[in-house]
Amino acid sequence: MKYAFYPGCVAKGGAPELYQSTLAVTKALGIELVELEGAACTGAGVLSERNPELADTLNARTFAMAERHGLPLMNICSTCHGVMCQANARMQKDPAYLERINTHLAPEGLHYSGKTVVKHLLWVLMEDVGIDAIKAKISKPLGDLKAAPFYGCYIVRPSWVLGYDEMPQRKRYLEDLIEALGAESVEYTGKDKCCGFPILTMNRDNSLKMTGTHVLEAQDKGADFMVTPCPLCHLNLDGSQVEASDAVKAHLDMPVLHLPQLVGVALGIEPKALGLHKNMVNTRRLVEQFAKL
Amino acid sequence: MDVNLRVQRYDPAGDRKPYYEEYLLTGQPEGVTVLDALIEVRENVDETLGMRCSCRSSICGSCAMRINGQATLACKTRVSSVAQPDGSVTVEPMGNMPVLKDLVVDFEIFWNKINDIGPWLKTEGPVPEREYIVDNEKMLNLIGTVGCIMCGACVSDCTVLAADPDFLGPAALAKAYRFVGDPRDAHREERLADYVKDGGIWDCTHCYYCVEVCPKGVAPMEWILELRREAEAAGHTNHNGVRHSKVFAESVKEAGWLDEAKLAMESMGSLKEKLSLVPVGLRSLLHGKMPPTGPLHYKRPGADHVKRIFEELEAKE
Ligand code: SF4
Ligand code: SF4
Ligand code: FES
Repeated sequence: MKYAFYPGCVAKGGAPELYQSTLAVTKALGIELVELEGAACTGAGVLSERNPELADTLNARTFAMAERHGLPLMNICSTCHGVMCQANARMQKDPAYLERINTHLAPEGLHYSGKTVVKHLLWVLMEDVGIDAIKAKISKPLGDLKAAPFYGCYIVRPSWVLGYDEMPQRKRYLEDLIEALGAESVEYTGKDKCCGFPILTMNRDNSLKMTGTHVLEAQDKGADFMVTPCPLCHLNLDGSQVEASDAVKAHLDMPVLHLPQLVGVALGIEPKALGLHKNMVNTRRLVEQFAKL
Repeated sequence: MDVNLRVQRYDPAGDRKPYYEEYLLTGQPEGVTVLDALIEVRENVDETLGMRCSCRSSICGSCAMRINGQATLACKTRVSSVAQPDGSVTVEPMGNMPVLKDLVVDFEIFWNKINDIGPWLKTEGPVPEREYIVDNEKMLNLIGTVGCIMCGACVSDCTVLAADPDFLGPAALAKAYRFVGDPRDAHREERLADYVKDGGIWDCTHCYYCVEVCPKGVAPMEWILELRREAEAAGHTNHNGVRHSKVFAESVKEAGWLDEAKLAMESMGSLKEKLSLVPVGLRSLLHGKMPPTGPLHYKRPGADHVKRIFEELEAKE
């Protein structure tokens, strides 16, 4: 199993523990990655808001790089994933548009045919590796720990761009994975809501209140930790949890794991190798719980 | 087929809090909609169930409610398409608006927001003898927004409204574009000046919820983004949202990827806002994960081509 790997900006910037844990987990599962070092930012929805064709062209460039390797593309960010799926859908639907975009790739010797398959790590785990193969490699089932899943908007909406109509099971991948790893998945209304990160610089109060509300709900429902496939959600849920506590006037103390960190723990990978010490909300107590598994 | 409805009931006049009531209907036709089933309940099982409906064909907008947690029109939703593995369908009133009784919510919040954007054509100059004549092409951009049937589904599920009732919200802002984009309207400038204020277009968090739930394909978020472009082009640039968007683009253009720290810092318009970022910056440093910023923000391989692509396509803006 081999993928062209698109880490995105945050895994190479503010969330190195995501990058690190992705490499550790894919290695343990026998997934081979060819990192696309020269791929640009997807635009995270911000560039496409300014200039849709420009953002689509940058993504076409990335897809063309994957195509040159003859590989499907794997990303590790709900936002990157949604933006890539939308760009891919627009280009696949309109060959003339794709050709126009290709004229901007030609000077670099690249060409995109429209055929690159784009998958988030979560989808790779659930669709390509498969629950049974993952289960076979679990050395530390997560016991009676309770995990609250937090998807991130772009990996769930718009559902028709993400293939949910044909594959409704995608709606429960996080819950199903959590349960396959042996933990209990906490049901709460916040799981598919917005973490508020995109408006952190435009309306900080609202942004923190949104994050705080979801963390508090997970906490009230008895979650031991949250887990997210989106590093941008992670920046708010984890990185801004102190400020979010004030925003919702409650004491929040909720470790937030990146998706591969959680999988890594169940596969028996050392917490240090998964970068759990780099998470902002202290994971010490959780790591002790993991050690007892 | 059998239909198992779990309906949230609540009468503020008598109930201390909302509760769920289950209704089991047997022998319903295969294509039965959630609305058909609710009407069946009200007609033949429990006449106290409070609900609104009229056209039964996705036109009037009165039957919006949450079905399995998401707002939609009950008359447009077949039971067979939403029944859970155990056969049940959960029906609740819409969110972000107070419940009057059971599935009926108070729309005052909704209408006040629509009213706030000035939802009528504001023309200037002499009134033509007959109708205003406009090119067809100049009205095509409005097709999306005029399809709104004011059902409230987007307002119900808007994630920002849930945190801040002062946000104008998706339905009103989509309606706002309907007038900003109308060639007959003469008050475009002052409308845009109004919509960039607090609670306006820059407060949307881009979550796609309104796009997902709108039963008429209005896609309110897309019109909010269009308003942002129009507002920036009209000179409303002194806003964290505009700075954020510009610094984002500049950073990717120069290096091929994002300078996160610079983006956060330079988006903030005031010193006080910049200072608010200090604690999280310090926490990043302490955890050994301050992203490479400023001179340390290295160029990705092929960054020159990214820059070229920017230059070629910015020329078309
Ligand atoms: S995209 Fe914006 S307007 Fe639409 S639901 Fe989300 S926050 Fe509300
Ligand atoms: S925009 Fe769509 S969801 Fe919102 S009120 Fe109009 S029709 Fe309903
Ligand atoms: S009853 Fe009119 S829209 Fe459903």
